[in-house]
Amino acid sequence: MNIRKVLILGSGALKIGEAGEFDYSGSQAIKALKEEGIKTVLVNPNIATIQTSKFLTDTIYFLPVTPEFVEKVIEKEKPDGALLSFGGQTALNCGLSLYKKGVFKKHNVKVLGTPVSAIELTEDRNKFASHLRNIGIPTPKSHAVTTEQQALKVAQEIGYPAMVRSGFALGGQGSGIARNKQQLQEIAKKAFAFVPQILVEQYLHHFKEVEYEVIRDKDDNCITVCNMENMDPLGIHTGESIVVAPSQTLNNFEYHFLRSKSIEIVRSLGIVGECNIQFALNPRPSVKSTNQQINKSTNLEIGNWKLEIGNSPIDYYVIEVNARLSRSSALASKATGYPLAYVAAKLALGKNLTDIKNKVTGITQSCFEPALDYIVVKIPRWDIEKFKGADEKIGTSMKSVGEVMGIGRTFEEAFQKAIRMLDLDLDGVTSDVLLSKDKTIEDLLTFPTPKRMFAIAKAFSKGVSVEKIYDLTGIDPWFLYRMQHIVHTEKRIPKNIKNLTPDLLLELKGLGFSNKQIGKKMGVKGLEIRALRKKLNISPSIFQIDTLAGEFEAKTNYLYVTYNGSHNDIKPTGKTGVIVLGSGPYRIGSSVEFDWTSVSAVLQLKKHNKKSIIINCNPETVSTDYDISDTLYFEELTFERISDIYEFEKPLGILLSVGGQTPNNRARSLHASGFHILGTHPDNIDRAEDRTKFSALLDQLHIDQPAWNKFTNLSKALKFCKEVGFPVLIRPSYVLSGTMMRICHSSQELTTLLEDITVVSSDYPVTVSKFIQDVKEIELDAVAQDGKIKALVISEHIENAGVHSGDATIVLPPQRVYKKTRQKIEEVSKKLAQTLKITGPFNIQFLADNSVSVIETNLRSSRTFPFISKVTGTDFIQLAVDALFHAINERHPGKVASTTASRISKGTDSGQARMTGSELLGTNLPFAAVKVPQFSFARLTGADPLLHVEMASTGEAACFGEDVEEAFLKGELAVGGKIPKKGIFLSLGGEKNKIEFLEPAQKLTTLHLPLFATEKTAIFLKKHGIETKHIYKIHEKKSPNVLDFFQKGIIDLAVNLLEPGAGKDDVDHYTIRRAAIDHNVPVYTNIQKAKLFINAITSKTFDDLLIKSWDEYVKN
Amino acid sequence: MNAKLILENNSEFEGASFGAELSSAGEVVFSTGMVGYPESLTDPSYVGQILIFTYPIIGNYGVPDKQFWESDKIQTSGIIVSNYIDTPSHFQSKITLSQWLKKEGIPGLEIKDTRLLTQKIREKGTMLGKIIINKDIKLYDPNLENLVAKVSTKKITKHGSGKKTVLLYDCGAKANIARSLVKRGVHVVTVPWNFDPFQSELKSAGVIVYHPKGVSVNGFDGIVIPNGPGNPKMAKETIKIIKKALKKNIPILGVCLGHQLLALAAGGDTAKLKFGHRSQNQPCIQEGTKRCYITTQNHGFHVSKIPEGFKPWFTNANDGSNEGLIHEKLPIMSVQFHPEACPGPTDMEWIFDYFLEKVK
Repeated sequence: MNIRKVLILGSGALKIGEAGEFDYSGSQAIKALKEEGIKTVLVNPNIATIQTSKFLTDTIYFLPVTPEFVEKVIEKEKPDGALLSFGGQTALNCGLSLYKKGVFKKHNVKVLGTPVSAIELTEDRNKFASHLRNIGIPTPKSHAVTTEQQALKVAQEIGYPAMVRSGFALGGQGSGIARNKQQLQEIAKKAFAFVPQILVEQYLHHFKEVEYEVIRDKDDNCITVCNMENMDPLGIHTGESIVVAPSQTLNNFEYHFLRSKSIEIVRSLGIVGECNIQFALNPRPSVKSTNQQINKSTNLEIGNWKLEIGNSPIDYYVIEVNARLSRSSALASKATGYPLAYVAAKLALGKNLTDIKNKVTGITQSCFEPALDYIVVKIPRWDIEKFKGADEKIGTSMKSVGEVMGIGRTFEEAFQKAIRMLDLDLDGVTSDVLLSKDKTIEDLLTFPTPKRMFAIAKAFSKGVSVEKIYDLTGIDPWFLYRMQHIVHTEKRIPKNIKNLTPDLLLELKGLGFSNKQIGKKMGVKGLEIRALRKKLNISPSIFQIDTLAGEFEAKTNYLYVTYNGSHNDIKPTGKTGVIVLGSGPYRIGSSVEFDWTSVSAVLQLKKHNKKSIIINCNPETVSTDYDISDTLYFEELTFERISDIYEFEKPLGILLSVGGQTPNNRARSLHASGFHILGTHPDNIDRAEDRTKFSALLDQLHIDQPAWNKFTNLSKALKFCKEVGFPVLIRPSYVLSGTMMRICHSSQELTTLLEDITVVSSDYPVTVSKFIQDVKEIELDAVAQDGKIKALVISEHIENAGVHSGDATIVLPPQRVYKKTRQKIEEVSKKLAQTLKITGPFNIQFLADNSVSVIETNLRSSRTFPFISKVTGTDFIQLAVDALFHAINERHPGKVASTTASRISKGTDSGQARMTGSELLGTNLPFAAVKVPQFSFARLTGADPLLHVEMASTGEAACFGEDVEEAFLKGELAVGGKIPKKGIFLSLGGEKNKIEFLEPAQKLTTLHLPLFATEKTAIFLKKHGIETKHIYKIHEKKSPNVLDFFQKGIIDLAVNLLEPGAGKDDVDHYTIRRAAIDHNVPVYTNIQKAKLFINAITSKTFDDLLIKSWDEYVKN
Repeated sequence: MNAKLILENNSEFEGASFGAELSSAGEVVFSTGMVGYPESLTDPSYVGQILIFTYPIIGNYGVPDKQFWESDKIQTSGIIVSNYIDTPSHFQSKITLSQWLKKEGIPGLEIKDTRLLTQKIREKGTMLGKIIINKDIKLYDPNLENLVAKVSTKKITKHGSGKKTVLLYDCGAKANIARSLVKRGVHVVTVPWNFDPFQSELKSAGVIVYHPKGVSVNGFDGIVIPNGPGNPKMAKETIKIIKKALKKNIPILGVCLGHQLLALAAGGDTAKLKFGHRSQNQPCIQEGTKRCYITTQNHGFHVSKIPEGFKPWFTNANDGSNEGLIHEKLPIMSVQFHPEACPGPTDMEWIFDYFLEKVK
């Protein structure tokens, strides 16, 4: 194969069902190609990813991964090959569409790896089921249907409960279990809004769900790299399940039977690369089971005993095949140390498995199946409670936003570690803080929610039997016994620490109990348990993941910490080491951007001759790829574990400003224990984080801030609100992603809300601040050294204040920031940097109208760091690391760089590092870049898509353009937006919105599309000469209503503006917004954003959207 | 319970006993397979050995009926695990692993750091060792003994039916070898390790219960030399018989120990590996092809010299050791890995088909 240039499709913005795992797989693929000297062209608008970095990829297009854009990229770049299976379902769907249109053929692009025909086969459920039937492999009874009527008919034949699945959808969107006709109708309706075809199938009650990750090369060598078992039975999406690797309850026969079936399937499809196969396995197969593998029993005598031949019944079905890298394959890579995506990319280039070395041992083969001497437990991270109105139940479609992986030598250890890794302040499975009193344990067990595991522990502590819990949950008793073991062992903890024996302490640690968890039972702090543990000489072991269970020595430092050991596999790094704390699980408010910042920091540490020691626990990340850092601890980001690692490694210090808020929150406790924190002093971090201290600081510096105060009781809060006037903003201390932040418009609202908040967090007082409306929000991102700003970027929010900065549309260069405002911002930032003696990255959020006031400061890198770095061409993380080592060379402009540090800053990835004191970057760019949020509301049944102060987006994309309109339109198209072609629906609440929207509405008429509007809006627009068709709101119960039009698919843009403080009227609007989401109609609820979108679609056509690579915009 | 494992270099590891409460000595080896402890425990190749499971969680699915074992009892001298599970969950489980060990008089120890044990063996090579519970005992080296003679059947039995008849030498054969042959419609005659089909007096003594079809040599069409325990050089009589069979150009399939015995009989040599191959993930490249197979293995010795007239059939992709022999002209072949699997991947079952094709 003569392949010199390869096109790789990324997965775009992070969304539920498609998250950071594809940055990992894409990055690995690119690395694999790079090693072969192949040029890489990447299309991925996700600017926060690592794969969109110069050190990895040759040419990067921040463009939507859609056939229209990718075709143009192909025309321009003329690649000889394309990889479609490394960017999730988004890339695969785009690739399939291009293939069908003949684009690859036309431009002589060879699709590398698995043939497209095989991918097409696996994506069409009916065809695939029949393919499997032909090779004697069973699938659940099922029929693909394209109408609701057909669905009902099929269900009649199969019988209820019936499972509904949709093809061509990420994360099983639009799937569900229908127990009766009515439920089936509901599910089918919803699904058909997104997909043309659904599957109605046999429901396999309490079957086990088991997965295999298979790879095959062109010479037919085929291996299974990892098998995994879902703790939750079939019926809960594998992305929603707690998963263990390797499987725990399968015996040799079952394990290898399913393994060989996986291989058969992969061979039958002709896969070249990676494939994921999911099975349903009956835990109690009977002889009568329909689908069995029974050989006639033959009695023989061998030696002195009877030889009987195989009589193992097995009742299994294939439920899903993904002929691409997947979330599971990323997990499997991290679980085993086998780099699936890297190997798959090599195989796609035509290599044989035996041509590829096992990078962990350096001497053995990649053609092998890893042997683990540990267990991993993956737990999803959900943030369902962050979405107003969202249904908490989990099931056949994905709702989780991230995941963690605990590694241990007992299930209990790995499981409890994973629970802490979720970063929800849970100590272990016996934590019951999430269990609300208004639900019975039985309910919590019967209806799966993120809380179920804790309900199981609670049930055990109340003496409920394993059998009973199995009946209610379908979780294999093996797992239940392990949880019971945790509960029973915890009960043995004495009341007084004096009575805690060394043996029991060791036993508890071996079962993954944290110091805090043990201490709580005895009324002492975790630190006391820590002291006791040390006194008793009980210490954790550091073990390597070596892919061969100790049979060969590992060359890589991929590590975990366990109390089920008595030695360390490695030696401490010592003073050349720097611990870098990663971001933990992806969640609303912290995702791939903090992986980019972590990885960038690690890379820059190398240039300072420091050895990087990463601690992170998220299997979807690049930072947890063992060849990124010198040492990788796949571990908890808890104080306890960081301390354990620090004490073992004895490093130079800890870098905690590049992993988002989680590491930042550890500053105080780590500092208090005497660990060295690199960068800004922890006391100053605290001064910025603690609102009281920070506010006092602002006053002292004469910096404006919205009026605010802290309250622990309601009446005082109400009094304050009356003084400053509603609306007010309510928030607890230590805010991440605006947890429980709300705007209140009335006393009544405030009262209800405060009651809620006290339940959530009684430890922290509540902050109430005056909410200033109709002002702009501006972000400042900067790096300082010893209180002196080295570089800064000012970016602008499109939405006015009131939309969380994580949900805001952010523009560079700022379009409407006056010079005076800019100067004021710079001045305030300088003051703050100086006073807080900042060394490293920081971010300040401002409100700006005529004056400038500060709303928040974070002395860490912010979510916008990748965006501002990639847009300005200056890597702010590199600058931040340089600042840490006092290495930025302060020199006169024009002088040749003389020190290593300045050369470093001029490295290929950093671009211009002409830092002369404090430099404002990103103001005079010859282009515009816009970062837009990605929402996943469609996944969250019932969730209200209205933007507010709580963050709700799951990801982001950023695109470039000649002007803001072009960049924004590309961005919107990258996150699922559409240029309307059918009809536009307007619902403008309140007089103010109506008037302000008049101009955009007039512009819309130039599109010559039918306009629809609700009654008042229609009347208002008509008065101003704009004709619309009046349609009824849903509650008006008249026809035609909005829903009918959404269902008919004749509306492809909805604008729904809510009057602030609308109260009751909002229920009505909510129904409209939700209906739009449920019918896949893009809906705009923010007036500034809606206006910009309308400007864009009325001033640009698709052909105006230029196909330009990153380096055509940003010269590095 | 004061239980411990003592290695020949005097290092001691304390553990918690969950098996029979008695001391036991043998050669300490480790296996990296993640499933199949009932199959491993009943594999006669493990006679005289204390087996460490590197997978830390063992006992999960209990112990099934005898029909799923590889022989009629536990063959290991003892087992070491990191975390023993006493609450199995499986529809085929009859008793717990602990109950089984106790019933069969085999000690089992829970020693947390089995990784350390594994590393010691990897670095220093296989060591002798003993599990001490209550009473100290002496070390025991199983490789100085003819273990094959010890484990072999004394009787001749027949299994299955079919046009082809194969003599299966019970050197400690795993049941699945016989099962695999029977499944393929072969008439299998299991004979003791030292049974000489070429000695007429044996025949006249009426030892052979099976009567030949007449056309084939001494009433059988091929020979399978299966796995078994210990040093292959101790099984001198089997080697002698193979030599005779080679002279008669009888189709032979050797498996594991059988591979080593065939090599010795044909003029090759064997040697002890530092710590052996005991795992379910050994990659073996088929010579002259681009195919690499995942094989299941359990052996401490290997073929160090290829006999004349044979060529290597398979080679270990990790360490380059020989994994199979095939005669340049005749239907005589052997593999170091286990085509019968149990435990482990079943990818190499085709070896039986390949052999049986050659058995005319």
